[in-house]
Amino acid sequence: MKKMKLVLVGNGMAGVRTLEELLKIAPDLYDIAVFGAEPHPNYNRILLSPVLAGEMTLQDIMLNDASWYANNGIRLHLDKKVVRIDRRTRQVVAEDGTAEDYDRLLLATGSNPFMLPIPGADLEGVITYRDIHDTNAMIEAASKHKHAVVIGGGLLGLEAANGLKLRGMNVTVVHLMEWLMERQLDRTAAGMLQKSLEAKGLQFLLQTQTAEIVAHPGEGRVKGVRFKDGSELAADLVVMAVGIRPNEELAKSAGLHCHAGRGGGIVVNDTLQTYDPRIYAVGECVSHRGAAYGLVAPLFDMAKVCANHLARLGIGRYEGSVVFTKLKVTGVDLFSAGDFHGGEGTEDIVLHDPVGGVYKRLVIKDEKIVGGVLYGDTVDGNWYFQLLRDRKSIAEIRDHLMFGQSGLGNTGHQGQSKAAGMADDMEVCGCNGVCKGVIVKAIKEKGLFSLEEVRKHTKASSSCGSCTGLVEQILASTVGGAYAPQAALTKPMCGCTEHTHEEVRRVIREEHLLAIPEVMHFMEWRTPDGCSSCRPALNYYLLSTWPHEAKDDPQSRFINERAHANIQKDGTYSVVPRMFGGVTDASQLRRIADVVDKYNIPTVKVTGGQRIDLLGVNKQDLPAVWADLAMPSGHAYAKALRTVKTCVGSEWCRFGVQDSTQMGIDLEKTFWKISTPHKVKMAVSGCPRNCAESGIKDVGVIGVDSGWEIYVAGNGGIKTEVAQFLCKVKTPEEVIEYTGAFIQLYREQARYLDRTVHWVQRAGLQYVKQRVVEDAENRKALHERLMYALQGEKDPWAERARGAARHEFEALTA
Amino acid sequence: MSAVVIPPLPPGRCEGGGNTMEWKRVSSLEEIPRLGARVAKSRHGDIAVFRTAADEVFALLDRCPHQGGPLSQGIVFGRQVACPLHNWSIGLADGQAVAPDAGCAARFAVKLEDGFVYLKL
Repeated sequence: MKKMKLVLVGNGMAGVRTLEELLKIAPDLYDIAVFGAEPHPNYNRILLSPVLAGEMTLQDIMLNDASWYANNGIRLHLDKKVVRIDRRTRQVVAEDGTAEDYDRLLLATGSNPFMLPIPGADLEGVITYRDIHDTNAMIEAASKHKHAVVIGGGLLGLEAANGLKLRGMNVTVVHLMEWLMERQLDRTAAGMLQKSLEAKGLQFLLQTQTAEIVAHPGEGRVKGVRFKDGSELAADLVVMAVGIRPNEELAKSAGLHCHAGRGGGIVVNDTLQTYDPRIYAVGECVSHRGAAYGLVAPLFDMAKVCANHLARLGIGRYEGSVVFTKLKVTGVDLFSAGDFHGGEGTEDIVLHDPVGGVYKRLVIKDEKIVGGVLYGDTVDGNWYFQLLRDRKSIAEIRDHLMFGQSGLGNTGHQGQSKAAGMADDMEVCGCNGVCKGVIVKAIKEKGLFSLEEVRKHTKASSSCGSCTGLVEQILASTVGGAYAPQAALTKPMCGCTEHTHEEVRRVIREEHLLAIPEVMHFMEWRTPDGCSSCRPALNYYLLSTWPHEAKDDPQSRFINERAHANIQKDGTYSVVPRMFGGVTDASQLRRIADVVDKYNIPTVKVTGGQRIDLLGVNKQDLPAVWADLAMPSGHAYAKALRTVKTCVGSEWCRFGVQDSTQMGIDLEKTFWKISTPHKVKMAVSGCPRNCAESGIKDVGVIGVDSGWEIYVAGNGGIKTEVAQFLCKVKTPEEVIEYTGAFIQLYREQARYLDRTVHWVQRAGLQYVKQRVVEDAENRKALHERLMYALQGEKDPWAERARGAARHEFEALTA
Repeated sequence: MSAVVIPPLPPGRCEGGGNTMEWKRVSSLEEIPRLGARVAKSRHGDIAVFRTAADEVFALLDRCPHQGGPLSQGIVFGRQVACPLHNWSIGLADGQAVAPDAGCAARFAVKLEDGFVYLKL
């Protein structure tokens, strides 16, 4: 079959990114041609400022060289401006007559810098700042001339001014408004910014309107700038950086509907289609829901959605973007996002150290961050932005929010959260032994933009994930504003689907789906049978949503849960028998000792959870080992209740006020065998001395004179998290009911592989309290659903000791 | 009589099997779980015999090229298996690690005839 023809007009970041996304998912669908008005292959426009400043070269910022187009079979027409679209014959024609037919057309014509309509704007020496050509013109002017005037004190204007200053010019920035970057900064931050730029030698004229650009008499070249008040300033170079306008000229001439209001733009819907359904548009040239974007992150979001629809998969909608801004001027740290103007119903948290040059202001509405400005210390910018985008409640962390993510006891980073200041040989990812230099090199050489890509290529942060924040910062500081942290709320489960965990769970519940193939079929999975990431999650969602109805799929479980033991680095397994509440007796210990002798088990060790671990058992011996032990499974291998750690309590301890050991046994006997999104650890202490370490458990119980205190969502792992107080109850029966309700809420609402702490951070402790503590009826219902799920659940070891799933443990002979 | 120890293949060598090769029946298709694997003990070491959703069978030396993990214990999807130790993906048909990882697990010739699986050893 003949391939369809896709033509891209506009060889910039948005258009080419769309092609890259398209080639990833449908490499053979189209015969592709690209028109670019510039004579260069696709480059990273965002990094023009470092080029102007002499910190990078043009070569550094190339994204796709000519060979990329060739390797993907793309016809590339450089230096050819498309002047006409014939929608009837489906053809585009360039200035020089080059023509291409299309079945689908993608417009990514970008934007044009806005020229002030004042006399003299067309003089020689008056330029805009948009592309490589402009950058080169500025570099050249800086080598010949002395005085530069930049009109416009926005992001682009300041970056241009900084670059020209570094290249030796006298630079004055002229700005109409009261303070610099008024769209991104409040007055205080702008004042600090101005001061530090003045220290670098820049000069500013604020609230100043340019009336005319004056020429040398008799020459066409600029001589100076005249302002509205009549004063004049000498200039050999004038840079206009007063804003951009979507480049809609071509689309308009073809009769495509464009936004009539301020700004304009080719109007597209949520699938990035224009009013002609064969024609798509992405990037700065579009107007989506009335908004036009001039930053790169939204362009990449659009590219993804557009590629999906071009690939005829028909999944995904672009629903607009929340954006943030970073100023790329070396030595100035500035970050701004969201709505920071405040207003009704908002409150400000401000940290201001004028001497130290630090200013942070977060705008809060309904306990969520809606905007923020950071100056001087932007380390936590991405984190705040993430909180903003995910609309996460900050109620619980409010009192130390200002001190950043590392202020939350993030031991994973050991305080080294300033990625830019790290030496190249400093280790970033301890799990995989990856240092900063390796990451930076991979990002630059392979052109990586996302955390996922960096993980794939370098393995950094792909294991425990505690260095994720640091890797994201390195990514951000290496690729600049092109980096867009993906909001967890809209993140697909894995590469096999567009759908998020939440969507998948909802569909399983609402459509009463009972098997993995049903889910994959119903939700149009891209792969025939998923991957090692989505299948275990789906299996869990099905089983936890429809207990006794959904069928377990052992082949979609990790080996530990299939073999009911923990695989070790040499392929042997470890066996941890259950000892309820950590209590054992002579007969159990004797049987353990006999098993160790009989099967030559090399290592016997006591675990952190007060159980005994037998390490180095051969897989084929497992069923016999379990039969001889005659003890229940300890589920040390499972996403399930692991152990309930206890102190000895009031039965023996002279300080104990409650029988913590019995409480632990009761909890463990009630809830063992329950499967959960991730492992669940519990502890019970008999007095506030808390010898069982209840403060770092998923559920921690502490006995006090008058009853029991229940703490939840603690974690002693990668990142130590202190458990939070849920409530106080009087009786052991209540402890069981509240614990059951909490576990069930977690089972129903957390994403697979979320520990309780991650889920509670997202859902908010307030919500959990409301469902589990305040709403008694709901608590009982939750607890009952948990007990229903547990009904008839068998001990997997006993079953296998009797011969179940034999094929799992027996080898074939060849 | 002591067992003959056959050393594992040197790294980089990607075809398994010895000099005198013949087809050996190792199991019926049903004995291998769909989207799963069984281990076949052989004089060349452990061989992982995989069965895909489409009932294709593949055989690889049961050692991940990364750190020697038993591939037979991994999750099978499409024509790939994810190693249980560090989640490298290995192609079942060619034994090659999926990029950007690099390395290979030795392949063994395998065929399915009348519902039985044969390995060429």
